[in-house]
Amino acid sequence: MEKLDNQVTTVNYDKLDELVRKFQKIFNIFVPIFAFLVSLIVVGIIIKIQGGSIIVAYSSLFKSAFGNLNSIGNSLSRAVPLIMAGLGIAIAARANIINLGAEGQIIVGGIFATYVGINLQGLPPVLHITLCLLAGFIGGALCAFLPGHFNAKHNTNIIITAMLLNDITIGILGALVQGPMKEVGGFAPQSAQIAMSARLPMFIPGSRVHVGIIIALVLAVIAHFVLFKTPIGLETRILGGNPLVAKHSGMQVIGMQIMLVLIAGGLAGMGGAMEIMGSQFRLREAFLMNYGYEALAVALLGQKSPYGVIIAGILFGALKAGRGGMVNAANLPVSFSMVLSGVLILCISISPILMKIPRYLAVRNISANR
Amino acid sequence: MEDYIYMDDIVKRFPGVTACNHISIGFAKGEIHALLGENGAGKSTLMNMLYGLLKKDEGSIFIEGKKKEINSPQEAIALGIGMVHQHFMLIPKFTVIENIVLGTKLKREPLLDFRAARERINGILEMTGLDINIDEKVQNLCIGDQQKVEIIKALYKGAEVLIMDEPTAVLTPVEVDELFIVLRNWVTEGNTVIFITHKMREVVEICDRISILRDATYFGTYPVENLDEKEVARLMVGRDVSLHIESTPQPRGKDILVVDKLTVKNDIGLESVKDISFTVAAGEIVGIAGVDGNGQLELIEAIMGLNNKKAGRITLNGESIEKLSPRKILDKGISNIPFERQKEGLALEFPISDNFILKEEWNKPYRKGLFLDFKLIWKKAEEVMKAYNIKARTPATQVGNMSGGNQQKVVIAREVERDHKLLIACHPTHGLDIGAIEFIHHKIMEERNNQKGVLLVSTELEELLSLSDRILVMYKGEIMGEVEAKLENLSSIGSMMLGGCHGKA
Repeated sequence: MEKLDNQVTTVNYDKLDELVRKFQKIFNIFVPIFAFLVSLIVVGIIIKIQGGSIIVAYSSLFKSAFGNLNSIGNSLSRAVPLIMAGLGIAIAARANIINLGAEGQIIVGGIFATYVGINLQGLPPVLHITLCLLAGFIGGALCAFLPGHFNAKHNTNIIITAMLLNDITIGILGALVQGPMKEVGGFAPQSAQIAMSARLPMFIPGSRVHVGIIIALVLAVIAHFVLFKTPIGLETRILGGNPLVAKHSGMQVIGMQIMLVLIAGGLAGMGGAMEIMGSQFRLREAFLMNYGYEALAVALLGQKSPYGVIIAGILFGALKAGRGGMVNAANLPVSFSMVLSGVLILCISISPILMKIPRYLAVRNISANR
Repeated sequence: MEDYIYMDDIVKRFPGVTACNHISIGFAKGEIHALLGENGAGKSTLMNMLYGLLKKDEGSIFIEGKKKEINSPQEAIALGIGMVHQHFMLIPKFTVIENIVLGTKLKREPLLDFRAARERINGILEMTGLDINIDEKVQNLCIGDQQKVEIIKALYKGAEVLIMDEPTAVLTPVEVDELFIVLRNWVTEGNTVIFITHKMREVVEICDRISILRDATYFGTYPVENLDEKEVARLMVGRDVSLHIESTPQPRGKDILVVDKLTVKNDIGLESVKDISFTVAAGEIVGIAGVDGNGQLELIEAIMGLNNKKAGRITLNGESIEKLSPRKILDKGISNIPFERQKEGLALEFPISDNFILKEEWNKPYRKGLFLDFKLIWKKAEEVMKAYNIKARTPATQVGNMSGGNQQKVVIAREVERDHKLLIACHPTHGLDIGAIEFIHHKIMEERNNQKGVLLVSTELEELLSLSDRILVMYKGEIMGEVEAKLENLSSIGSMMLGGCHGKA
């Protein structure tokens, strides 16, 4: 038997496996960095074409994102909803479920949290905050339930249904802040402020960082352990790797898919809630524009790993916080602030094709050694 | 014999593999020439180059002594070379004649000239003795007839050399006999058949010469007349192979699995299993024979709880399981080697260790509180890799980077090492080489000797006959009959596979 197999086998499988895994490890780190650098170069070229100075633009971008305590605080507070929604997207993506509905889930989470924040009065802060966060989670999960349920049970396209639902939630938000939830006696389309007891305490005094960042980091650590150390995490990843195997191994595939969508939506909703509770204190129209879509890029850039999402979330938060300063300093058109994140999202979305290279390299390497 | 086609010093390299290493081989007119070799020996690659599907890296192809370049199937067809693939390339919604005419030049272009085509096809049918209704839609044909369409398609395009890649893998014994008669008729007209197969009996039965490929190199060409099955197998593998497994008679234990009047509906509401009843006892292997797609898949899915549109009773060890969830059924003690290991059995991007504990991830000892005990999993996986001779460096090896035989061993190790009373093995040796097949057959026999119940679903009759105690034959969702697993019953199994006789033999 021993001899026979060696005789027939023309592929050195051991070597192949070793190389594939080695290259995959390298690429896991290399690809996101590469995507980031490429987008910096592309944006640099655009800045040059626009007649701006690259050095001024990028140095002021960095300064306005990390220059002083205040700007760091800004970056981190921008990062909170991104990390929360990105975490949910990353977890669902492990099971091969694409959550494009984070935009709407953030909004509904914000609406629910605001409602609980305004209408419950006289609660101790710890309880009120917990209830508001829970309301945000439930709101986001509810918003995710429809597309998730129809996808799992009736195989509708979750990408389309979730995106359509995003627009609907934006409409609902608009209607609410101009109608039922509008501040009594106010003129602007916005809600009243939430109770003091529902507000997240500041984390670093003198900056805008609230304890939401701590909650997000703790949740990311928990997510990491659940994904990689527990049976349910293994099942989630197997479901993403091969759903038929999941089914044959006794997993309740439909139930798991719905559960994961609910978790993803809930985390995004909690992100929206934290934004209201820690930064804005009231509901406005478009209170978090495009965060849901950027969270998608955060999950991708973070390689679907919770720790990666933290880094990518802070990076995107910093871009959001710093791009205004960049546009001003380098004398670029105001709309240019969108270009940077746009190009970055584009580069990140394309980058997964690079993950095909490790196997190719491994195979090449083996044939060269023959 | 004078070579009509001569492939000279052919080399084909794939990344990481030399699939054909300086192979020179000749095929004569008027012969059925078998190409033999284990998986990965280079047979299919060689033939794909002859048919223009792959480009050779070195070497040349001579036809009637003249050097020819074949860069596409079109060029191969123009030179009179046709190929019937293992997987048919037919359009189900088209009729036979439409499928045949598809892609050929017609005189009345751009109009379809079915009258001329019909005449020509009738001529081919007459010459070969093939019998088929050419106005029937392909989707209504059985597998055997679909293969006939593929053959007619090749002949219609003017093939004088027909390459057939494992043509009998999907056929019943009767259909195999029919095919052989057709091929015999056809080669006596001065044509050539190149036959890729794994089945020794067929080689001895129909072929004139055999050529052996071993480890991507040419090993030799031999006339078949003075060889028997054993000798052919030895030439192919390079050592003696035990084609038959000694089975010590086991006392028939109590019934493990009882299926009673089971009816299963498929996705579109048709009954794919009709009123089936059978039992599997401890210490016995029950084989289920039948052409693929006659309800075997649905039967197994129903037992595993993967299909809820079912009526009837299924009991395991006296306990009714037909209403339980798949997870509960697994935990009650059914292990299942699924039909397609890569699709249903393994997560290819995951390490051996993860794949090994699947189905048991919630159970002791692998779960410790909330977490998985990766140290123990690793240790256990290492032990099993040793016991099952799984060739990989560590349990971290991704199963996708392993050979088919080793992948299947991971599946079998998982299913056999679990706590179970019944093992369901579906096509357990499909696509594996002789060495791995031998190992797996012994494992299955061991299961039986350990007083487990074994339900073996296979399309390979030789496998069923050599392993099973009893064989049930499925046809169109029904059990046509039950026979003892003896070689004498081969023909009655064959006719039941086609829906022939009812009742017990």
